[in-house]
Amino acid sequence: MFWIVLLMVVVMLASAVAALLLPNFLGAVAAVSVVSLGVAGLFVLLRAPDVAMTEAAVGAGLGSLLLALALRRLGLWRLEVQEETDHADR
Amino acid sequence: MNDATTLTLYLGAIGLLAIGIGGLVLARHLFRVVMALAIAEAGANLLLVLTGFRWDAVAPILTGADRAPMVDPVPQALVLTAIVIGVGVQALALALAIRLRQAYGTLDLRLIRARMAAEIDGAAGLAPAGSRDRPAGERPLPPPQPAALPGETRP
Amino acid sequence: MPTARLATLGPLLFAAGFAFLLAVLVAGLPFGAPPMTVGQAIQGDAAGTVGAANFVTAVVLAYRGIDTLGELSILFAAAMAAGLVLGRPGERRAGAAPAGFILRAGADLLFPLLLVVGLYIILHGHLTPGGGFQGGVILAAAFVVPVLADPGRPPEHRRLAWVEGLAGAAFIATGLAALAWDHEFLAPLLGRGTLGSLVSAGTLPLLYLAVGLKVGAELTGLLVRMTEADGEAPR
Repeated sequence: MFWIVLLMVVVMLASAVAALLLPNFLGAVAAVSVVSLGVAGLFVLLRAPDVAMTEAAVGAGLGSLLLALALRRLGLWRLEVQEETDHADR
Repeated sequence: MNDATTLTLYLGAIGLLAIGIGGLVLARHLFRVVMALAIAEAGANLLLVLTGFRWDAVAPILTGADRAPMVDPVPQALVLTAIVIGVGVQALALALAIRLRQAYGTLDLRLIRARMAAEIDGAAGLAPAGSRDRPAGERPLPPPQPAALPGETRP
Repeated sequence: MPTARLATLGPLLFAAGFAFLLAVLVAGLPFGAPPMTVGQAIQGDAAGTVGAANFVTAVVLAYRGIDTLGELSILFAAAMAAGLVLGRPGERRAGAAPAGFILRAGADLLFPLLLVVGLYIILHGHLTPGGGFQGGVILAAAFVVPVLADPGRPPEHRRLAWVEGLAGAAFIATGLAALAWDHEFLAPLLGRGTLGSLVSAGTLPLLYLAVGLKVGAELTGLLVRMTEADGEAPR
């Protein structure tokens, strides 16, 4: 079990850092969804199937759908968008 | 192996929480703040479920007649509600972000702060602040007016 | 710039200190052998008193039912506040083309499947892993996928509001009925039934059905409100 846990924790932490550092917002939302999925997998390994189902449905499913829909309404839904930092004339 | 697994699990949960909270405070873009909130919530829920884990135990569901030791069902029930509440809070945060962008045209926190301050100062009738050394208002300051007692008109 | 570097160093130190504090607190906990004083009592007691095979459902609805009521209120408040903040839905762009062929055909196929799976998970919440929250989220997905495929035909908000209100009222009414029957608020009623069959554990399946319908209707309304047009242009 140790190697599976180690793999999932490493993937989770790497995706969490990537979600905050990726300049492309679509990729960042995908990274948050990977974090949720990793946490759901860890819940299965921790003998908590109810919580795993809830985290997978809510976090990786509905939460990521919510973030993606908000991306569209915020105008960040582009594959090559950069983070707007200094556009003082928007 | 047990110690290494324990360490890895705790490292994962606390690491997610630290990354989430660090991102929450450091982010300059409002959308990253909401994503950091989601990550921190996932880490906190993982930490809660970890407290109920038991080695060589089964899930807390009665399947057959054998009574194997089970993990603690109470933290799992608490985390169940916590996950759903988390998505509700994220929905509200995203709605606020949408409104902020409609009102100020940007999602950069520094620009929003500057424009909000300018708007509030403009609504109060003060000249906008130039920099940190020249705050809003006119210089030299006008002399203070004595407050009117109730029943008296102002002089 | 030294001030800028200080501004990022401060929060990083704070996050590191917070992580250290958590590590110190967690090192004192017995991992893998928790004392489980309440958990043991519940495991010994739940099958006899409540009659649910899923102990987490027993804790959520029977032993800590009022926490679930609080959670429903928080979800209701959050969804209502998000709807208020988003304001009146903008006019649906008449030219919004329906999505591509795969999404439309897939939505037609997925809707009945998701509906069945969601209702199954809700109704079997006291027997297998699952319950109202998970099934409610799946029901919300079932109703949102057709809206993604064809944005011109959303479900009516009034119908969703009626379902949500009636489901929430049914939850509270069941709890009050227990109060009227000389038990505590939200105590399970209607006898235990045989362990492991679908009709067992008293009012627990009914409570979870109410929870599932409420959560599903709420999340559907919230997601449909988020998909409504009026996205790009700032005011």
